[in-house]
Amino acid sequence: MFESSLQQLGSALRARQISSVELTQLYLDRIAKLNPELNAYITVSPETSLAQARAADARLAAGNADALTGIPIAQKDIFCAKGWLTTCGSKMLHDFVSPYDAHVIARFNDAGAVNLGKTNMDEFAMGSSNETSHYGPVKNPWDQARVPGGSSGGSASAIAARLCAAATGTDTGGSIRQPAALCGISGLKPTYGVVSRYGMIAFASSLDQAGPMARSAEDLALLLNAMAGFDERDSTSLQRDKEDYARDLAKPLNGLRIGLPKEFFAEGLSGDVAHAVEAAIAEYRKLGATVVEISLPNSKLSVPVYYVLAPAEASSNLSRFDGVRYGYRAPDYTDLADMYEKSRAQGFGAEVKRRIMIGTYVLSHGYYDAYYLQAQKIRRLIAQDFTEAFRQCDVIMGPTAPSTAFKLGEKGDDPVQMYLSDIYTIAVNLAGLPGMSIPCGFGAANNGNPGMPVGLQIIGNYFDEARMLNAAHQYQLATDWHSRAPNGI
Amino acid sequence: MFLANADVRKVARLARLAMGETEIETARSQLSGIFALIAEMQAVDTRGIEPMSHAQDVSQRLREDAVTETNQRELFQSLAPKYKGAPQVEAGLYLVPQVIE
Repeated sequence: MFESSLQQLGSALRARQISSVELTQLYLDRIAKLNPELNAYITVSPETSLAQARAADARLAAGNADALTGIPIAQKDIFCAKGWLTTCGSKMLHDFVSPYDAHVIARFNDAGAVNLGKTNMDEFAMGSSNETSHYGPVKNPWDQARVPGGSSGGSASAIAARLCAAATGTDTGGSIRQPAALCGISGLKPTYGVVSRYGMIAFASSLDQAGPMARSAEDLALLLNAMAGFDERDSTSLQRDKEDYARDLAKPLNGLRIGLPKEFFAEGLSGDVAHAVEAAIAEYRKLGATVVEISLPNSKLSVPVYYVLAPAEASSNLSRFDGVRYGYRAPDYTDLADMYEKSRAQGFGAEVKRRIMIGTYVLSHGYYDAYYLQAQKIRRLIAQDFTEAFRQCDVIMGPTAPSTAFKLGEKGDDPVQMYLSDIYTIAVNLAGLPGMSIPCGFGAANNGNPGMPVGLQIIGNYFDEARMLNAAHQYQLATDWHSRAPNGI
Repeated sequence: MFLANADVRKVARLARLAMGETEIETARSQLSGIFALIAEMQAVDTRGIEPMSHAQDVSQRLREDAVTETNQRELFQSLAPKYKGAPQVEAGLYLVPQVIE
């Protein structure tokens, strides 16, 4: 059951071979057993999940079930879910029970999916290893001494450990794709504006985008069908006709033109990751694709540009946490300013404070043009590189992350080293393009350490999610990397 | 780029973050490293390039100037009984330290 696809689970539920209550209970038992070690979930609420499962069973019995009705799905703790503790990985929201549903949560509720719990994440989605969570780091199920990636590390770890059928994530600079790569699962960040940000706790509003995480591309397509759609409550949500993201899954790949950015295979890429990615490209050639070298000359600037834009937007978004209307308030203070300063100093962790400081500095008087405006201009240059590249190819492929999962604590003292682990994913957010990661092999085993999963990144043109899912699905029909499970899981 | 402790202190105040002297020193050294990374961007010639904020270059949608939210003050001030809602409320108001003598 834990190895079934979402489509198989849906069929079994509709055929009444298993009830949603039984399926949900199987997962809850598994979470109770494995989560104390993995720490993939911050909140599990069995009564709430089982109540949803009973409602789904009634709907299944009445014969008006949807594709996802009765399927247990984990939600990243960045999404507000009515009645659920919603912490965003922060002490600041340690007691915040959301009074409303995010658009994404409402869409899954409408589909009759069961909310299995809220997954752990880097605090306010700021991190690439899940070590910045106030609720403790998540472990990578392939090797518990290693990080799962971040910020959607709880979702990635839960999927790899079969602690949920699928999950949601959000991706501001790589937060779906990098943990998907490090945990050996599949994850998709859609085109900016495709999934509503309403009720998704804001980090960097011009980059944040929600997307699905699962074991296969086929599952991702089903999930994206439920998540995508116009929402007037998000001012950047795009008005587009509804589409079926699974429509092209079965298409053969004959004639697919794959662009390989030479900058993604240069210095800084681990040999074992390069090896696995090259093998995946060779497999694509066998499947009928052609390969062309492309160049993204400005992509090297994406990390500096991102570390101006994202902190600037974060410093503004996080100013709402003032200890007045909700969230943490310091126990002792002398006056209003002191209450703000102490509540924020005690409620936010080190990485969040660091980014608020960067953002406050670059937006402060006299620096706006030199930093924020300059970064926005280079952002256009980075986006234009992609537009140029897509004249020569249909999809772009390369590594998702420069190395496989690193050890817990390994990059703890050096923020810049941590920031560089998103070097291949950030440019995609800056351009607003869709990107995904699928498992494509394992890195080198050494000194008794097992080989860790490697992710292949697939970048598509705007609104080309169906084509990317097609390319990923055809690869997954020809290979079995995506169905591998960690030892002992 | 070189940051002084005084710069960090000023930014911490603007950001409403209480920081002790050791934290200021740690922040100074880490922020200096990050700004060294950011400095790579300064050499790029961006004359004539329009800044980009949305990939589709859409402008903000406007809506009718009408009330769309309902009054949920009671709900916001008394969330689930299991958890504490707003830090301090009284008679439907959010309490903060006195600001006017």
